[in-house]
Amino acid sequence: MDIRLPDADPTDAEREAVDAVLGAPTSRWHGGARDQWQHDTHVGHGGRAMRQRRTELVPALQALQSRHGWISPGGLRYVCERLHVPPAEAWGVATFYALLATAPRPRRVVHVCDDIGCRNRGARDVIAAATAVAGAHLGHAHATAAEGDAPGHPAGDAAGSATQAPGWMPSPCLGLCDQAPAVLVTDAGAVPEERQLGGVTDDVIRALLTGAAPGADALADTRVPQQGDASLVLLRRVGVVDPTSLAAYRDAGGYRALARALDLGAEAVIAEVTASGLVGRGGAAFPTGRKWDAVRRQEATPHYVVCNADESEPGTFKDRVLIAGDPFAVVEAMTIAGFATGSTKGFVYLRAEYPLAHQRLHGAVEAARAAGLLGDDVMGRGVRFDIEIRRGAGAYICGEETALFESIEGKRGEPRTKPPFPVQVGLFGKPTVVNNVETLANVLPIVLEGGAAYAAKGTPQSTGTRLFCLSGAVARPGVYEAPCGTSLRALLQQAGVSPRLSAVLLGGAAGGFIRADETDLPLTLEHARAADATLGSGVIMAFDDPDDLREAVLRIAAFFRDESCGQCVPCRVGTVRQEEALHRLATGAPLGGVTAELALLDDIGRAMRDASICGLGQSAAAAVDSAVRRLGLFATTAQ
Amino acid sequence: MEDADVVFLWGSNARHAHPIWFHHLLKGVHRGTRLYVMDPRRTASAAWADVWMGLHSGSDVALSNTLAREIIHAGLAHRTFIEHATTGFEAYAAAVEPYTLAEGERLTGVPAAVIREAAHTFATADKAMIAWTLGITEHHNSVDNVLALINLALLTGHVGRWACGCNPLRGQNNVQGGGDMGALPNRLPGFQDILNDDTRARFERHYGVPIQPKHGRNLTEMLEAMADGEMSALLCAGENPVQSDADGHRVADALGRLDHLVVQEIFLTATAKLAHVVLPATASWCEADGTVTNSERRVQRIRKAKEPPAGARDELWIFNELASRLGVDIGAPNAEQVWNEFRVVAPHLAGGMSYERLATHGGLQWPCPDESHPGEAFLHGRLWETPLRGPRVPFSVVQPSMPYEVPDADFPFLLTTGRRLESYNTGVQTGAYQSPLHTEETIDLSPEDAARLEVRDGDVMRVSSRRGAVLVPARVDHGLRAGLVFMTFHSPDVVNTNLLTHDAHDHRSGTAAFKSAAVRVERVNGSRKESL
Amino acid sequence: MTATLIPITRPARTSRPPVALTIDGRTVTAEAGVTLLAACRAAGLEIPTLCFLETLTPANVCRLCVVEVEGARVLVPSCSREVEAGMVVHTNSPRVRHARRLVLEFLASSVDLSTTPGMAELLVEYGCHPERFGASAEPQSTAERAAVGVGHHEPPDTAHAATVAQPVLRDNELFVRDYAKCVLCYRCVQACGVDHQNSFAIALAGRGFAARISTELSVGLPDSACVYCGNCVAVCPTGALMAVPEFDLRAAGAWRPEEQAVTDTICPYCGVGCTVSLHVQDNVIVKATSPFAHGITQGNLCIKGRFGWQHVQPEAATASTAPARAAE
Repeated sequence: MDIRLPDADPTDAEREAVDAVLGAPTSRWHGGARDQWQHDTHVGHGGRAMRQRRTELVPALQALQSRHGWISPGGLRYVCERLHVPPAEAWGVATFYALLATAPRPRRVVHVCDDIGCRNRGARDVIAAATAVAGAHLGHAHATAAEGDAPGHPAGDAAGSATQAPGWMPSPCLGLCDQAPAVLVTDAGAVPEERQLGGVTDDVIRALLTGAAPGADALADTRVPQQGDASLVLLRRVGVVDPTSLAAYRDAGGYRALARALDLGAEAVIAEVTASGLVGRGGAAFPTGRKWDAVRRQEATPHYVVCNADESEPGTFKDRVLIAGDPFAVVEAMTIAGFATGSTKGFVYLRAEYPLAHQRLHGAVEAARAAGLLGDDVMGRGVRFDIEIRRGAGAYICGEETALFESIEGKRGEPRTKPPFPVQVGLFGKPTVVNNVETLANVLPIVLEGGAAYAAKGTPQSTGTRLFCLSGAVARPGVYEAPCGTSLRALLQQAGVSPRLSAVLLGGAAGGFIRADETDLPLTLEHARAADATLGSGVIMAFDDPDDLREAVLRIAAFFRDESCGQCVPCRVGTVRQEEALHRLATGAPLGGVTAELALLDDIGRAMRDASICGLGQSAAAAVDSAVRRLGLFATTAQ
Repeated sequence: MEDADVVFLWGSNARHAHPIWFHHLLKGVHRGTRLYVMDPRRTASAAWADVWMGLHSGSDVALSNTLAREIIHAGLAHRTFIEHATTGFEAYAAAVEPYTLAEGERLTGVPAAVIREAAHTFATADKAMIAWTLGITEHHNSVDNVLALINLALLTGHVGRWACGCNPLRGQNNVQGGGDMGALPNRLPGFQDILNDDTRARFERHYGVPIQPKHGRNLTEMLEAMADGEMSALLCAGENPVQSDADGHRVADALGRLDHLVVQEIFLTATAKLAHVVLPATASWCEADGTVTNSERRVQRIRKAKEPPAGARDELWIFNELASRLGVDIGAPNAEQVWNEFRVVAPHLAGGMSYERLATHGGLQWPCPDESHPGEAFLHGRLWETPLRGPRVPFSVVQPSMPYEVPDADFPFLLTTGRRLESYNTGVQTGAYQSPLHTEETIDLSPEDAARLEVRDGDVMRVSSRRGAVLVPARVDHGLRAGLVFMTFHSPDVVNTNLLTHDAHDHRSGTAAFKSAAVRVERVNGSRKESL
Repeated sequence: MTATLIPITRPARTSRPPVALTIDGRTVTAEAGVTLLAACRAAGLEIPTLCFLETLTPANVCRLCVVEVEGARVLVPSCSREVEAGMVVHTNSPRVRHARRLVLEFLASSVDLSTTPGMAELLVEYGCHPERFGASAEPQSTAERAAVGVGHHEPPDTAHAATVAQPVLRDNELFVRDYAKCVLCYRCVQACGVDHQNSFAIALAGRGFAARISTELSVGLPDSACVYCGNCVAVCPTGALMAVPEFDLRAAGAWRPEEQAVTDTICPYCGVGCTVSLHVQDNVIVKATSPFAHGITQGNLCIKGRFGWQHVQPEAATASTAPARAAE
């Protein structure tokens, strides 16, 4: 492409960081030094081969981000030069993701969760302490030069950020609701470090913001409340089997499922998965067997398997526990999915906020590859399959499958219109099966025991076991596994729910609230649907304080406003208008009276639900709507 | 073109010179067209290429012959087509035999492996096209260059078929139409041969005047005739040769020897200033009616959108009046009547192109012989008919010829010229609108040369050739290699680039070799304004 | 290498089998592969659109063209959804009208639609009251809008409805950008990008309500990859992008489209043969466009065709460099 590059130079450190991801340049026309590539005076390769490297854009930007803590104009230039990406497009991508900064940031940034899980469980104190130590948060320093200003380094030099004092910024749910209050610490540098910390105390946040080492990741010792329970299926290895050891995994029954799948053959595997009645656990509940079968039948090649591990639904943390606690299971299940669907390449799209899960999964993929369990000849059976891990960069929307594809392809995470569906036109325009982590985890018992045996668990319409993320007003928060059909009340009691329970958020921010007197609900898809609720991603967040509840509704409205990609009008403006109306109600200043405001909210919600492109906009009013209708919140202008 | 699987874009920076054509090319590229760009400069067009082949200026025939030899030796020549529709293959094959890949690399600078890959891809493509512009034709051996490309198309059968063929991109909106209408020294309207007695007789009957059975002079020959005193009067309509032609000093000198120079113009150009009489004309594209023919032979109507300034006259009126005052009454036909006259004398080309049909169809591509004809999307389809209709087409033996002027110790740089995106030729029209892209004229040079000469952007350089010298600021262009410099002739009033170029030209086409002049480039001390 | 003589001719347009569907109670037949919008328009049903343009890939973002398809969970964008046999479609149901009304109110409450053709009529037709979201907030500076950190949040101002109001950007001589009028239809980005121009000077930046059309690093157009083809201006549906003569004439109250003659002619600047439609008011060219339906340009021009006509009217030119005409 005939691109025009920004007038700024990268630092040597930025070049090195980018080259570490992209490999060294191979031509003067792709960012290499002219004198090093004399033969290039008469030849230049580019075109399609270069355009296909666009998929490497986000990893390259992430390399810049973790080197200096922000993406400088010079760094942006270098990435654009290396990948032939137009700078305006790269800028559009860099400014889309919350964990990429385009203005200087301190070397250390502490991302403090202020979402519904942590908000009422210590986050306010953490924020107060952070503000006392480090002042106001960094949130408003994202963009650089004002329109019309010349490009350049807005404040200080590129490398200078390392000298700045640590800063902090509020964050949406970090997926540590069982260990609230939580933070994510990112330290940029030649050896960047990231840690998630739970149960953050005043002392810890003060130490972090004065430069102390962050200590071990909150999850280093992954445990689940039901640990040791013999009935566990999906969680049976978590906290029990060493997640860093392939040998331990195999000793615990690992890779028996893949061996059996290869014996069965692809079609028989799909038949078993279909017979199991397994449906997607990410929220949409689409039959997994049908999805696999549809991809297998597509003539277009190649096919792709994508594991959606961009778990960002507030209140959800099961993927984190599964991946950090049993990473080989994800690798094995993806390999089976690849074999069954005729795919040779799989991607895991893992949310950026899970450094430990990333480390464990990376280790598992490497170990599997070294052992011939991934690669050109899986298990010596002539099957080709490999896995690449992609990390998110701070965008809830990328959990939407088509937005996730866009992100892997190096673009802004803007959802596509469906149809066509991913099984026909998915990643890189090719047939793609997208499965959530938990869905994939179910594949192993299905292949080992057979679909019929699996279907015997749960209810006829909701088979098998499911993971639930219990948090909020419970004594023993965590990921619980239960057969479908278990009552909500039983789970809440198992987790030690507060006796003053007033409401439960079921299914996450995109789910809805139900009242305390509705907790006899059996946790199945059909019962939830009948009760006008959703299991969503398995969030069960308990509330026992009406003020907390009101706060949570406002936070959810803010969450959707923040996380809307901005593409379609109903969601981009609707989420703003919804939040404005809720704040007017919450502050006792309704426009035209409470009834008019509630009618306005209903109008907004219906339009978002009916006319938005993707599930985010379509469900952005769900929790608010349930709070108004089911809980009667905001019916009077309280406070 | 959007359907082509391979495109050779040769000697053309269409990204800047033909931007909308390039849109179509890129539609194909996004669909899967593999694009090769042959150009000494790594231009904006070359930046889009799958493969840029940065050949030495003037080594086009060598590259073409090397590609051909490789195609033949790899068994990829389209033997069936060659036997069916061509002549002279054996001589051609023998002539290209010395052009091994190694020899091709030596002559062009392009690595052998790259030439080989291009040859194989082009030959094995289902649909492949060659498009070129002045990088092919503004050389002293321009006709050979064109023939060399035609040879490649014949060799592989990439001609006479959809999304294939040879596609010269026209530089002006009616350079094709001028030829259509017979504004050529050797052709009557509709490209009919002036030396053919039957044709001439037909025209003589139609017009009732005798037509001389001989070729006229092309522009280069006219200038020579003026210089020699053989030509004493000239009507120059809508051309600014003092600034657009090579070796501007020579042109001004030739025009100065005329007894009578009439310039019909919309502006008082440098050429008009030399005229004895200036006839103020309309800007035909928006102040008059008529037709123009584009690169794809599409005849389209131009229309009067506004009144010309007071005193300016429609060019048709001027011609009619000139005729009348010279004693010939040709009436006062309007544009449509003139067009219909053309349809009558060249029915094979435009018989079916009524003004009404031209309007309805958004233009029609000739040949369009009758009013039921949709126009032809491509030519030479006859070559694929069995039995072959019409004559066979010949391969042409062509051999490289060194540029007229090669860099030496005195003039060590090779100057090549071209257009920039926002400007057009001598800038008479494009100089009038304010554009953020307008920059002062520069001499573009490689970073290596800039470093060696210790110059930075904006430093004033004296650029001199054996014919003249100009002062011009430098600009570093990473798309150039050491020894190669580039200028445009868009701002001749400030920097008259064509004082440097030379009039060496191909006698078969009359086109001057604007693409290669040997120059010396030296830094001048002091700021630009002071120096100029 | 090919053994036989196989001519390749222009590929015949393969017509696809017709499908029958029901639109607003009428049975309609349409060729498979066409969009619902095309089928509706062929059937004489008017569907409002904003982001849709025939020459661009459907962006599906304004959601004004949504219709109700029975059996579908949500409304579908008619501009991109292909017809299917047996579809039962409602183009004007209460659900559809509600969604369109809210889309229009969302836009009218946040964007200046005063120069969007047909918008005033649409707002009336759908009974819109954008003021019910509250009074419009004060305009922000462009820099303030750009500085909204992605994912970081300030509580809303309960007294006002947020808008995209911001100052006009006038950083070059050829066209102005008034993003207070931008509905983020993506048309300009598509025209500048893969669909036509492939310059990629602009892209969407930021996210959510702070999403915006931006150059890299928010630099002005002269420092960007912009080549001033104006193809973005040509496709802008709201007047957010406007050529300078029109912008200035409007500001002076002298823009009179009803008095303008539009004449198609051919651009003088190269051999491609682009049709240029000259809009002439008082014998002065005030705008140049190209027909979207013409196969050569598809509505596009380059900088010379779009803006390079001042030489024929030096008296009207803003450029002092325009040479006097020979007739003077």
